[in-house]
Amino acid sequence: MKVTVKYFGMIAESAGRTDEVLDVVSGTSAIELKDQQVQKYQIQDPESVQLAVNQNLDNKVELNEGDEVAFLPPFAGG
Amino acid sequence: MDKKKPIKVFVQGAIPPEKIANSIANHQSKTNIGAHSIFLGQIRADEIDGKTVSAINYSAYEEMAENVFHEIREAAFSKFDITCAHIYHSLGEVKTGEICLFVFTSSAHRKVAIEACNYFVEEIKANVPIFGKEIFEDETHQWKVNK
Repeated sequence: MKVTVKYFGMIAESAGRTDEVLDVVSGTSAIELKDQQVQKYQIQDPESVQLAVNQNLDNKVELNEGDEVAFLPPFAGG
Repeated sequence: MDKKKPIKVFVQGAIPPEKIANSIANHQSKTNIGAHSIFLGQIRADEIDGKTVSAINYSAYEEMAENVFHEIREAAFSKFDITCAHIYHSLGEVKTGEICLFVFTSSAHRKVAIEACNYFVEEIKANVPIFGKEIFEDETHQWKVNK
């Protein structure tokens, strides 16, 4: 199944891209996808990375076809 | 003014001081207001490992950020007896000394306006997916993290 992945800030820099569509195995959880991408792109300080699935900050959910998963580095607004 | 209407928060580049002056002027007809509280975030020329920050380049997960801004507004209006509230945040490059965040709350009395303004600033810093690339004078950079 396909999910859209978005990368921001220093993560986009590590990945060399801001988004991509990934084909993931059905039943993959957000946290599993995070682990895969952290390894693939050598994302530094993974504990500080939050995932938003369809704009909700929740790493534990199982992904569904068409989900949008955002990899968010620490916030720095203001 | 409808306080529930989603309002665009992001502005490209620095927030001009004129925008702040105009915002104050725009509230002079609202005579039920007795107090405004304003927070302005300004880009600081931090020195890190001997290099000086010259600007911050802001980016955001814009769709989520706009929704979180809206949720913060809703929560603020339910917590505080404010007449109105306005938030503006920069995207793109903002140089040191320029304004990147403008929060403006109004109420009948000062205490509520000040507390609501503080609430907005803390919520924005903690919960809105905005990212800041600190650009040094030698054009290298590092990524900012809110403390």
